Amino acid sequence: MSKLYERPKSLCDVPMHYCPGCTHGIAHRLIAEVMDELGIEGETVGVAPVGCAVFAYDYFECDMQEAAHGRAPAVATGIKRVIPDRIVFTYQGDGDLAAIGTAETVHAAARGENITVIFINNAIYGMTGGQMAPTSLPGQFTQTSPYGRDVKKQGYPVRISEMLSTLDGPSYIERVSLDSVPNINNAKKAIKKAFQKQIDKKGFSLVEVLSTCPTNWGLSPVESMKWLKDNMIPYYPLGVFKDVD
Amino acid sequence: MSEKVLMKGNEAIAEAAILAGCRYFFGYPITPQTEIAAYMAKKMPKIGGTFLQAESEVSAINMVYGAAGAGARVMTSSSSPGMSLKGEGISYIAGADLPCVIVNIVRGGPGLGGIQPAQSDYFQATKGGGHGDYHLLVLAPNSVQEMVSLTIDAFDLADKYRIPVMLLGDGTLGQMMEPVEFSNDNISHVYEKPWATVGTQKKRKHNIINTLYMSPEELEYTIIERQKKYNSIVQNEIRCETSYLEDAEYVLSAYGTSSRIVETAVHQLRKEGYKAGIIRPITLWPFPSHIYKKAAEHAKAFLSVEMSMGQMVEDIMLAVNGKAPVHFFGRTGGVIPTPAEIVSKVKDIAGGNASE
Repeated sequence: MSKLYERPKSLCDVPMHYCPGCTHGIAHRLIAEVMDELGIEGETVGVAPVGCAVFAYDYFECDMQEAAHGRAPAVATGIKRVIPDRIVFTYQGDGDLAAIGTAETVHAAARGENITVIFINNAIYGMTGGQMAPTSLPGQFTQTSPYGRDVKKQGYPVRISEMLSTLDGPSYIERVSLDSVPNINNAKKAIKKAFQKQIDKKGFSLVEVLSTCPTNWGLSPVESMKWLKDNMIPYYPLGVFKDVD
Repeated sequence: MSEKVLMKGNEAIAEAAILAGCRYFFGYPITPQTEIAAYMAKKMPKIGGTFLQAESEVSAINMVYGAAGAGARVMTSSSSPGMSLKGEGISYIAGADLPCVIVNIVRGGPGLGGIQPAQSDYFQATKGGGHGDYHLLVLAPNSVQEMVSLTIDAFDLADKYRIPVMLLGDGTLGQMMEPVEFSNDNISHVYEKPWATVGTQKKRKHNIINTLYMSPEELEYTIIERQKKYNSIVQNEIRCETSYLEDAEYVLSAYGTSSRIVETAVHQLRKEGYKAGIIRPITLWPFPSHIYKKAAEHAKAFLSVEMSMGQMVEDIMLAVNGKAPVHFFGRTGGVIPTPAEIVSKVKDIAGGNASE
């Protein structure tokens, strides 16, 4: 009997701690599939963030470093400068990448640091229990915007992909979504392309992955997918923002 | 090269680091340590090394974390306000048991303070700076030549114990020029780093560099294990220089720049018939407590001289443990004490006119 579907070899055979319906599992799997297909598991060093994905170091078979909150691009820079022929990626959420780590993100991109950043944008702080993120939508209800994000007082969401695409450093920036099978398939293509850019030494690549947080959004997994599609995609349009050869 | 060259302290540190095999430097400009970065920027590209000017001290220290985790000999340098920013990263580096060298060319604080030399970061260097149960091994040179030898030793100590090592200088040491000799004698051990994250090559289980432990028992275990390492450092790595201590009634103590001034003061006091001696700690952590303890058997009084409001004096008090009075004299904010002020303070103590 032939196996049609199995765990990617780059993904550890351990139970994940993510909540039911959370899309981190999908994103992890896509990265692991890409590592398998590119044959880079033994050549790769990953950098885990602080946030829901903090335990990502236990989930990928490649070497891993756990960074301080927001500092993953700086840590990845240090690694990459020492072993420039290895593949280095970070996996970061919106609080990590777009709030506390904004400087590290922008400057790694501006330097054209030859690393790949997987940016999980689910518009909320998951691990700490659902606070407003830099990417929370106007009007979005969170623990720290209990009356809905009031842009007059709490400002506007940050569109990271658009912002970084104004820089000369990045070689590839795309925003994808995990709300449907076609979008998931496209997300994998984008992740693979981002890693390929690094392999080809083209410089900084980033894939922004629109994701769900059923637990902290207070929605079922199915409702969450719909909420992402109806609310996040209009504010965060999908597409390639930068593709330089 | 074995002939003597005239060099600024900051440049000597940079050259010594390169001699010790450091090929990665991450930093951010701040006075009065900028010559270290400038020297590295010039030299590193010519020897296949990396100099990278980061967007902040926060970023620089995290680049050090990544590079150290990938097995490199790596260094960063800064001055006081910048060290506060590095505090977070230093705590993580200590918690992940990563080796690196951190240079602090201290200036006056708190806040922006000033750009003149000070020793007011002693607490930060020896008692923490970042959060959690950890220590840095802290080396305090008092000459440009010693900046060279201690920088080289710093890299070996860092690798030997998998610990961040701090070289604690100050603006005087960083900026002053002295003749200095570089020899290749004490260079340089190569340490195997099987824990480094350089890719598994699918030949081993993945390495993880990490500081997070969700189970209190597991976290406690790692801290206790690290404490054993610290105990071994206390046993084996204390460095201290003493002079005129055998018959000393008045034991003056200082490190770094102020120890040079104390030396002049003690010569003057000896000339005038005062039995004064010197204890100069070279490792500030671990602190040479046993030397003070022994000196307390015959000393009438101790005097800590610092370019601060009195920080090392607390460690001296702990070491002396009430066996003799411990006095303090210091200037701070970038003001450097004079030998005359120190002589006068000792005379006050000898005459019973100084309160502790």
